[in-house]
Amino acid sequence: MPAALPTSVSNAEPARPFGWIRAEPWGIHVVPCDAWVDPAREVATALVTHGHADHARGGHGRVFATPETLAIMQLRYGVGDDGGGEGVPVPLREPVDLGCGVTATYFPAGHVLGSAQILLEHRGERVVVTGDYKRRPDPTCELFEVVPCDIFITEATFGLPVFTHPPIGGEIAKLRDALAANPERCVALGAYALGKAQRVIAELRAAGHDDPIYLHGALEKMCALYEDHGVNLGELRPATGAKKDAMRGAIVVCPPAALNDRWSRRLPDPITAMASGWMRVRQRARQRNVELPLIISDHADWNELTATITEVNPRESWITHGREEALLRWCQLHQRRARALAMVGYEDEDD
Amino acid sequence: MRAFSILMDRLTYTNGRNMKLSLIADYLRDTPDPDRGWALAALTDALDFPAVKSSTVRKLLTERVDPVLYALSRDYVGDTAETASLLWPAPDAQDMPPDALSVADTVVMLRSMTRATVMTELPPLLDRLDANERYALIKLATGAMRIGISARLAKVAFAQAFDVSVDAVEEYWHGQEPPYAELFAWAADGAEPPRTDLLPLFRPFMLAHPLEEAEVDMGEYVAEWKWDGIRVQIVHVNGVTRVYSRSGDDISATFPEIAGVLPFPAVLDGELLVRGTHQGGEEGGAASFNALQQRLGRKTVSKKMLREAPAFVRLYDVLLLDGEDLRECAWEDRRARLEAMMHRLDPERFDLSQIIPADDFASLTAIREKARDDAIEGVMLKRRTSPYVAGRRTGLWYKWKRDPLLIDCVLMYAQRGSGKRSSFFSDFTFGCWNGDPDKDGELLPVGKAYFGFTDEELKLLDRHVRAHTVNRFGPVRETDKSLVLEIAFDSVHDSKRHKSGLAMRFPRIHRIRTDKPAHEADRIETLREMVRD
Ligand SMILES: [Zn+2]
Ligand SMILES: [Zn+2]
Repeated sequence: MPAALPTSVSNAEPARPFGWIRAEPWGIHVVPCDAWVDPAREVATALVTHGHADHARGGHGRVFATPETLAIMQLRYGVGDDGGGEGVPVPLREPVDLGCGVTATYFPAGHVLGSAQILLEHRGERVVVTGDYKRRPDPTCELFEVVPCDIFITEATFGLPVFTHPPIGGEIAKLRDALAANPERCVALGAYALGKAQRVIAELRAAGHDDPIYLHGALEKMCALYEDHGVNLGELRPATGAKKDAMRGAIVVCPPAALNDRWSRRLPDPITAMASGWMRVRQRARQRNVELPLIISDHADWNELTATITEVNPRESWITHGREEALLRWCQLHQRRARALAMVGYEDEDD
Repeated sequence: MRAFSILMDRLTYTNGRNMKLSLIADYLRDTPDPDRGWALAALTDALDFPAVKSSTVRKLLTERVDPVLYALSRDYVGDTAETASLLWPAPDAQDMPPDALSVADTVVMLRSMTRATVMTELPPLLDRLDANERYALIKLATGAMRIGISARLAKVAFAQAFDVSVDAVEEYWHGQEPPYAELFAWAADGAEPPRTDLLPLFRPFMLAHPLEEAEVDMGEYVAEWKWDGIRVQIVHVNGVTRVYSRSGDDISATFPEIAGVLPFPAVLDGELLVRGTHQGGEEGGAASFNALQQRLGRKTVSKKMLREAPAFVRLYDVLLLDGEDLRECAWEDRRARLEAMMHRLDPERFDLSQIIPADDFASLTAIREKARDDAIEGVMLKRRTSPYVAGRRTGLWYKWKRDPLLIDCVLMYAQRGSGKRSSFFSDFTFGCWNGDPDKDGELLPVGKAYFGFTDEELKLLDRHVRAHTVNRFGPVRETDKSLVLEIAFDSVHDSKRHKSGLAMRFPRIHRIRTDKPAHEADRIETLREMVRD
């Protein structure tokens, strides 16, 4: 079922090319149907790419998102529950009529469970908003699809040439080696609660790590949600209440902030590990007091960002958030039209 | 280079001193010669490749990478070597076998480079490595390891690796050149130790414990004044004389008037001072420490300086004399030899530290009280029967410092000041050792100070912080913990708010002890004993 038409329609719609799509500091505005992509403010109609806090917020009137993203938003912000706004599930690859000649189609972004790029079409013009994306296979979500378009609105979280993520296999092996070399200790692995934690667990399982994995309380519900959506995470145990000795030689996954706080005192001599694309840079890892940095990211790295622009081959690229200057420079060097959008409030919470 | 780069990375991410020690020890045991020797030299900054500079690396990069992308990356990463290691365009054949290039090969190639050839010879070397190895190589080549490994820590790790004593390592290390083949042959393979008797070597100093609330029997101990200069060792062997500072640095060039006037084979221990009347009046004959400070740290010294601030050494002890090792002898016997030897020395440059004539502790206390006015630092108590042993041993030597309370701390963190000091690192956090610094002792912060130093000293401290930063936490710099600060304070109290359990009242930087190695700074217990609640 296509969604209901919006009640207010802008009549003063400019006729110039792509005048119907506007980048504001707090979101991408789809002017004819007054809808917003990943708005940082409360709006009547929001099109949400994925569940991370800098893209998905509570308090909107209606939220168009994939069923998985809606489930995440319900868990995090109560969207769809009483008084929490209305969630409109959008299946992948099925166009939704937003009214006033605008259609939206969601395509997989490969970032986290439920993450999507949104293709917006109006008067034969095609605009893709990537949200956050990565190009590598991930056992917890569908692989990114290249969607041809005129304007490609891309993220640039790791938009510097120093960021090249190594294959995940080697990083998982580092984690398992550290565990094997220190049977009396545990590895406290900091990983963001949505996406990274589940992906690392799923990758460990794929690599043959069958031992129970312990979880910080803040991760339990999100892991259960992933399992409900068919992602098998193996045996998970709560770290709260577990005996210190039971956790020797085990992996304990927690939010990054828990690594250096009092919570970690319950762990048996933990090796502090962190799974993040930022771990590529030593100083970042040192700032976090990490002993075992694992370069695992849910974002495209520099080569993937630039290769994707080449593949999509848009008339113009707009760069939303991250290190936009460098990507802009690359576009310039490769004779591609591009502009950086001055977006606010989009932090790299998720990596 | 693979194993070395892994060691470097692990050291970067390891905070505990113990873990660092065992990482280095494992590496030294597992790595063959001569790689381990070169690695050891690299870790302790003992290698120098004048042709390879940070600017060389920058230049190579900007020839290969867009300068704007390079600048943006460098800004973000904050370190040229790391930026270069990540941005270096790797050749197609990426799967180089591990250790395709040994540390020794690398050193040989780096050494052969000149300013004229480096731009063509360095790139093929970088092409043969992965990103982590490139990082290790650039750090090694530009001499900027900055991973908080002091020479002392490396020696302790060496001793641990091969189960030999640190003192022996200290002694044999001197005079050895990288890759330290003889040193490894001795420690790892049980060969004869390197010969030291023909070299002007530094011998580790004997040190004193602070005397706290104890009395000693003046029948068993003798007292000497503790002069406020720098402790030096003067060594003459084979016609060569060297003057060594407390940390074993060769300061002969700074004090040529001393280095030139020891004409016979000997190893002497004494206090280097400048002529004056500040300490102990006419009779004491020594200027203040400040006068001496003018002369420290200079590579060459002007005639004017030699005339205006002439140095001399007040001798405390004799370790070796005319080829005879006296270190096992009792202090009394060494003292007799020292006194008998004095006529052979130029009295303008050497005098004898006088024994304080005190029959019992009460009279010594009375004499010491008076010494406060004479600006003497305190009193040393030495057991008459004590041999000369390296380091601090309980019961042999004590130092009895005068008020205010003073303690030697190690600089740990620094922060920019405010107002006219905002461009300087002027707020300092310092710590004392919690346990034996050569075993599992760690530094714990004991206080913060932002005054007590002169403008000149502030500049020195600021320069030190900038050159020795190992870590940044927002506005705070963590230093490599190599600088000793003598902290003066009014009192110290128990405190629950501090990890050390102690809080100082009115701490101020009394003196910068560039002459003192970090592991000789005081321990937390010493500070705790000063609590008078
Ligand atoms: Zn995200
Ligand atoms: Zn984002």
